[in-house]
Amino acid sequence: MTTKLRALTGYVLATITVAPLIWLLVAVLKPADELFQVALPSRITLDNLLYVLTQVPIGRYMLNSAIVSVAVTAIALVLHSMAAYALARLRFPGRQVIFSVIVSTLLVSLPVILVPLFLVVKELGLLDTYAGLILPAIFHAFGIFLLRQYYLSIPRELEEAADLDGCGYFRRWWQVVLPLSRPILASLAVLFFLANWNAFLWPLTATRDPELRMVQVGIATLQGQYGSAWNYILAATVVAAVPTLIAFVIGQRRLVEAIKTSGLK
Amino acid sequence: MATLVDPGTAVRKPPDAGGRALSRRRREALAGYAFVAPDLIGLIVFVGLPMVLALGLSLFSADGFGGYTFAGLDNFKQMADDTQLWESIKVTLTYMVTFVPLGFVISLGLALLVRDHFPGVGLVRTLFFLPHVISLVVVGIAWQFLLVDKQGAVPALLRPFGLGDVSFLGNPALALGSLVAISIWFLMGYQMLILLGGLKDIPKEYEEAARVDGASAWQRFRHVIWPLLRPTSFFVLVNSTVGAVTGLQAFDLVYVLTKGGPAGSTSTVVFYIYQQAFTFNNYGYAAALTTVVVGFLVVATGLMFGATKGGRFE
Repeated sequence: MTTKLRALTGYVLATITVAPLIWLLVAVLKPADELFQVALPSRITLDNLLYVLTQVPIGRYMLNSAIVSVAVTAIALVLHSMAAYALARLRFPGRQVIFSVIVSTLLVSLPVILVPLFLVVKELGLLDTYAGLILPAIFHAFGIFLLRQYYLSIPRELEEAADLDGCGYFRRWWQVVLPLSRPILASLAVLFFLANWNAFLWPLTATRDPELRMVQVGIATLQGQYGSAWNYILAATVVAAVPTLIAFVIGQRRLVEAIKTSGLK
Repeated sequence: MATLVDPGTAVRKPPDAGGRALSRRRREALAGYAFVAPDLIGLIVFVGLPMVLALGLSLFSADGFGGYTFAGLDNFKQMADDTQLWESIKVTLTYMVTFVPLGFVISLGLALLVRDHFPGVGLVRTLFFLPHVISLVVVGIAWQFLLVDKQGAVPALLRPFGLGDVSFLGNPALALGSLVAISIWFLMGYQMLILLGGLKDIPKEYEEAARVDGASAWQRFRHVIWPLLRPTSFFVLVNSTVGAVTGLQAFDLVYVLTKGGPAGSTSTVVFYIYQQAFTFNNYGYAAALTTVVVGFLVVATGLMFGATKGGRFE
């Protein structure tokens, strides 16, 4: 295929791919009675957006999502980096076994362990708490695995210099390894934030209290409540998608790197 | 894999420091355990324990009020007569055998399309990937809106072809197809990126050599690209199979888009398990179903491992 033909095919297919999303954006700016017309809006209105921002606790939902997503991301990055550093660099009996056990959990997805996980979290008294939303979301082998691979490639000399300066393991990790891993931590941060902001199944299962609803559960609830008031439901989904788009635009390059490497390991 | 004895320290160790070396090694081990402990404990509590619990729980029956009685293999026997379960297994398998190969071929096609530079290639890649950034809940709601019977954008666009009155989500024959199509739309950019990474790792010289030898585009793909892409393909195929059977798109999208309907035509196994557990409080039965799904996944992954010769999976 010539470059020109490839470019043209690419443009056409890309346009078709994003058309549904553009359509959604345009629909939200339409007056309610024009919602289903296949045409540009006769006038642009912010009524739908203003309605959900003022009449629906979408702010509360987004705050919950922000609290959980940021907490999970921050805690996970610190813990995964520590574990990965030990698994890549420190020598201790059982290291290989521990690493294998951690990697083997990669095949376990949430729906598979949902029911027993729910019972564990219930027994721990964490249902309907932020801790119940945050803790189970932190522990995932993917980040540990990726960070470990990264740490294997950091030259040992840097650490040895710190060692000669009398730094303990904690300071070596904190002052040498952590600053060196900024790029990969940034990649994982975007990935973790998006995954948690977009999480639906666990927040749906772990909370009953409307005050603790995360944003995806919130908009799914609206879908049930507002039935065919499509203008409000769509407005809420667009509002809920804004932070993901911001995170994507800021971290696009990092995100792409993380995904590419995840496939190569 | 790093060797267990670090040559650097082994050489630098002074000969008279036997006692210190031991305490140093012990300190390093202690630090190692301390660093790994939080993650390891978390994984044991929130992943390992639930897995073990699923096995144990599958032998009990729940009364819906928090009480459990030992039921032996009753839960597994119950499966044989559970027509809804067999229906949902059929749905999941249909979903899997259409979504996995179709999604793979489309993703690979896109990856090949945007592999080499053309003006705006970066933007095109980004746009293909964009649906994946958005949550499945938003995706589900958006598509539900686009597919609304008679009024939605898709029926409206199909009207000139005489297909405007087709009900995509109300017709059992089309609902699952719509689910597959939307899943592919959601996942193709992600798979494209991974395959793109694999394609970029293939040295250009190999293809050039084949071209010089007079190999056609198809021959170059078949004999140069495809074999070298095998590890990446393996990863993508395993990923999407696991995703199709137990992944979030098999739940989130179903929950938002169709709630398993119409007439159970989109009720995947994970959706059915969720209903058994959280609508009917049959935790024991749900756990037994989970056990069967995990068994199936192990077998399916094994088969794929054989079919793709494993790739270099560490």
